[in-house]
Amino acid sequence: MYPADLKYSKDHEWIRVEGNRGRVGITHYAQETLGDVVYVDLPRVGDMVKAGESFGTVESVKSVSDLYAPVSGEVVEVNREVMDHPDLINKDPYGGGWLIIIEMSDPGELDNLMDARAYEEMVKEG
Amino acid sequence: MENLRKTPLYARHLEMGGKMINFSGWALPVQYRSIIEEHQAVRERAGLFDVSHMGEIRISGSGALELLQKAVTNDVSRLLPGHVLYSPVCNPGGGVVDDILVYRLGDNEFLLVVNAANREKDFSWFKQLAVEFPGVCIADISSQMAQLALQGPLSVQILARLTSADPGSLPYYRASLGVEVGGVKCMLSRTGYTGEDGFELYCAAEEACRLWDEIMTAGEKDGLMPCGLGARDTLRLEAALPLYGHELDEDITPLEAGLERFICWQKDFTGKEVLLQKKEMGVRRRLVGLEMVDRGIPRKGYTLTSNGQVIGEITSGTQSPTLEKALGLGYVSVESAAVDTVVEVEIRGRNYPARVVPVPFYRKKRTV
Repeated sequence: MYPADLKYSKDHEWIRVEGNRGRVGITHYAQETLGDVVYVDLPRVGDMVKAGESFGTVESVKSVSDLYAPVSGEVVEVNREVMDHPDLINKDPYGGGWLIIIEMSDPGELDNLMDARAYEEMVKEG
Repeated sequence: MENLRKTPLYARHLEMGGKMINFSGWALPVQYRSIIEEHQAVRERAGLFDVSHMGEIRISGSGALELLQKAVTNDVSRLLPGHVLYSPVCNPGGGVVDDILVYRLGDNEFLLVVNAANREKDFSWFKQLAVEFPGVCIADISSQMAQLALQGPLSVQILARLTSADPGSLPYYRASLGVEVGGVKCMLSRTGYTGEDGFELYCAAEEACRLWDEIMTAGEKDGLMPCGLGARDTLRLEAALPLYGHELDEDITPLEAGLERFICWQKDFTGKEVLLQKKEMGVRRRLVGLEMVDRGIPRKGYTLTSNGQVIGEITSGTQSPTLEKALGLGYVSVESAAVDTVVEVEIRGRNYPARVVPVPFYRKKRTV
């Protein structure tokens, strides 16, 4: 449910560190809470994002939720597949449901995130 | 969930994994497994909804017909016992107090089915009207009644297993009283809020669980699914049925909302004068159906513009599970109301184009 090789934010985003880049998506808990994802609004390649600030939105049938950047940097890749098939976020939140890749401007920010165990604790506490 | 009102089926919803939310002060499931799955079940097979939160008001006694004719815009006098009609109830300014169903049970006996959110308001409204009609009794019997909705193309065959009455022969907008369904005495009504064939079943609150269980069991082999409020909303939106608090409120007239066919101009009713004036002058805004041209999902409250001018706003919107398009209902200035007009929907600070399309968005398949 919460892969050990990822780091997690309190806003239910995950990040997979790939060199100086981070691949970002939302967690199993987030997609389950949302329900069927029907739409996702992502930034463009080249946009700058800031840790803790909204970089887009994800919509279920009934609701619109902000997506929050776990780290700051430049968006270098955007998942076009998920824009056409938003249900990938429900079906494969850590794989095909990835959202953006950020070239990190301050990898030190990763220390502010949780590991899998801490995130799982947070989710359990509700 | 502790401070919320509970329907007789509350425990059932929890048992079935219902995701409970607060709907107008009631604890009800927005979904069980998936809004999209539940929606599709109703379109393709059948779905069962707990709608016991709706209000039921009995109006009876000498003068009941006259009171109702004054209160509602539609013509109640053409109802025979067992007939039902849909009507707005207007305030003196022509705005909508509520949109309701009126069942005629007898010569001087009627049952109103009203929106949950307006139950107390409507009860007070009718009690106030009854001051002029001293022979009339207004009773709020909501807490004694439960209501289930069985909707979808397989509804008739599912119900047929549970009753010796012939459900398929009940015409649309007719009701049968005292029908036994699964051993439970019901008022069976060929009505619904989904755009599919189906029934609404009214029974005593204490029998609701038994009725629910009987229908769920009888429909299992047909793929009957329990459905929540989320699917109820996407279904009615595809059928372009108005929802009070969205397409209708005290400041919106039935003329603007496209409900003129439910107005009988040949009788007197509250709000008639103002509505006649507005009809003569022509309405300034109209409810239209909108389809997003490319990306974006319209939602309640989003502003509509045309050439940089604000022309209205969205009242309901969603990603349509059946049509696989983003659809919305909204009010626009009459100049922008013609089908094929392209307008802009403002979504989080950016404009996305939408086209005015005919409603309903979805029509059920015709069966002979």
